[in-house]
Amino acid sequence: MLLKRLSEAFGPSGCEGEVRNILMEELAPHVKEWRRDALGNLIAVKGSAGGLRVMLAAHMDECGLMISSIDRSGLLRFRKVGGIDDRVLVSKHVIVGSKKISGVIGAKAVHLQKPDERNQIIPLSGLYIDIGAKSKEDAEKLIKIGDYVVFATEYKALSDTVVVGKSFDDRAGCAVLVEVLKDEYALDIYGAFTVQEEIGLRGAGVAAYAIEPDLAIVLEGTTCSDIPPSKEYGYCTTLGQGPAITIMDASVICDRRMIAELVRIAKDHDIPLQFKRSVTGGSDAGKINQTKAGVPVVVISVPCRYIHSPISMLNLTDFHNTIKLVKLFLKSIAEGGFVL
Amino acid sequence: MKELIKKVVETYGPAGSEAQIRELIRSEIAPYVDEMRVDALGNLIALKRGGGKKLMLAAHMDEIGIIVTHIDKNGFLRFFPVGGLSPLTLIGNRVMFENGTLGVVGAEKLEAQKDLSLNKLFIDIGAASKTEAEVKVGIGDVACMSREFVDLGTRLVAKAMDDRIACAILIEALKAVREPTYDIYAVFTTQEEVGLRGARVAAYDITPDLGIAIDVTRTGDTPESITMDVSLGKGPTVKIRDSSLLCTPSVRKFMEEVAQQNSIMYQLEVLEAGGTDAGAIQLTKGGIPAGVMSIPCRYIHTASEMVDYSDVQNGVKLLVGIMETEFKG
Repeated sequence: MLLKRLSEAFGPSGCEGEVRNILMEELAPHVKEWRRDALGNLIAVKGSAGGLRVMLAAHMDECGLMISSIDRSGLLRFRKVGGIDDRVLVSKHVIVGSKKISGVIGAKAVHLQKPDERNQIIPLSGLYIDIGAKSKEDAEKLIKIGDYVVFATEYKALSDTVVVGKSFDDRAGCAVLVEVLKDEYALDIYGAFTVQEEIGLRGAGVAAYAIEPDLAIVLEGTTCSDIPPSKEYGYCTTLGQGPAITIMDASVICDRRMIAELVRIAKDHDIPLQFKRSVTGGSDAGKINQTKAGVPVVVISVPCRYIHSPISMLNLTDFHNTIKLVKLFLKSIAEGGFVL
Repeated sequence: MKELIKKVVETYGPAGSEAQIRELIRSEIAPYVDEMRVDALGNLIALKRGGGKKLMLAAHMDEIGIIVTHIDKNGFLRFFPVGGLSPLTLIGNRVMFENGTLGVVGAEKLEAQKDLSLNKLFIDIGAASKTEAEVKVGIGDVACMSREFVDLGTRLVAKAMDDRIACAILIEALKAVREPTYDIYAVFTTQEEVGLRGARVAAYDITPDLGIAIDVTRTGDTPESITMDVSLGKGPTVKIRDSSLLCTPSVRKFMEEVAQQNSIMYQLEVLEAGGTDAGAIQLTKGGIPAGVMSIPCRYIHTASEMVDYSDVQNGVKLLVGIMETEFKG
């Protein structure tokens, strides 16, 4: 299954090659023209109708870690790549480097901690990755400084509809985009699988600059806080209540006309839809919106619980409804039912 | 001009929801410009031909506001700010939605005043239930402050003086200019309050030879205020710096010379915090000479922003002077 393959792929920011290969393989029967730009963005080009140029974007990269030094004892010190909560790191199983070496994030055992240490979050300087090496020389046979690290999380179904896995932010968006690109549209479609979103929306801006789209749709796996201790008014999105449309976040105000059309389509086709109720955080849409003379954008997300952690959760009904909604939206644009 | 100011400040138009104010400005300037268009981000770009270099003048149409994030079962709305808003200025204030719906800002019970924060506040639109509220307002709807324009004689008070007073000045200058020495691109920009977003893309498209933003600035003339050598009634300012730019020295010099040649009172402005559209314009493509003319304004980002009418009138004169003087820098 594609979502499982994408979720388990190794692809922190700046190291998206494995994800890129899966995407190209999966789309080979459906896409004839590929572009790969200087930053590593993968752009699938479909159609030459000479009509509207539509950019669809999903980022390939995930949050991860990077090895910064190797101790004499063979333990690996690391830095974060993207916004991971320090508190979720300790005692996690990870995969290190291109040789995919297994390791665990270790820290001082509870027995050895002083009373005041037990009341504190272990700082990054107190954490290390243990790959079972006996010495620095031993570790250096397998690991180099600068090697990337991701969580070793397997994709798993908890029920018919609820699945867990790593990096649904934004492999869920990538999987949606793949399914969308399997159809044909009377439009010039640019399916952009972007890099380095998690460290500053870096890939999307240059991709949009080269594409010069008339409008853009950003596909995300977004935060879902429908759980304690959030108060109901603080819920961001709710799992199982359909694709989430962003109206505004810290990086962008989405195009009202595009939002209105999505709402109309959802209503006509009985697709549940929700608005993302928090306006913090940014997305590739911010960079695309500000490209050249400006690009109208909208963000459509699959709600995901626990993103930026070793394991995230989504609802497959939301996932399939997101695919359906995006396809219908593109058809509406192609049929001239929606004019900017 | 006060009638025009009243109209533009009272019109609805938070960042990202500028359609109403844009239509008003469009109808005001139509007889005085050669071309008009609206770009992908909603900027209103008007061209008044005078030949010569391209001069971009930017006044932002958008104002601060709030966006609805939740409607509870009793019909109360939770919200998040659109642009920089302090909770201190909100309690008891009224807000207005695009469809005219009015609401009052209320607060949860607070143990102490220092506990006040935006997430303790809510909006009451007089609805008794969620269903009743949803007839008028939905999640994602945006409201601005609701407050009438007040003419205190010399001093004028209203919501959204930031930056509609600049819109009014730009409109008046377009009406008054006789011999423009540029192709003047008068841009009424969008989304300034959330990150200079409209000006950035408009400047890319226009690629001006000179860019000047018109905005409001803080003052240091109220009790125990910030230390700042700008006062109401001492004329529009020629900006030297703010957080978004160091004004291009040749542009600052040019603006000062225009003021001196036309005997217009002006002040120099060093603003510690805050940004303007000029910051985005200056960094466009290979770089563009940029400056700012500001109107001193007290109580910025509240429902009662105060300016001095003589500063406004001098602002129009200075802007007309700029339009009619060649920039050689």
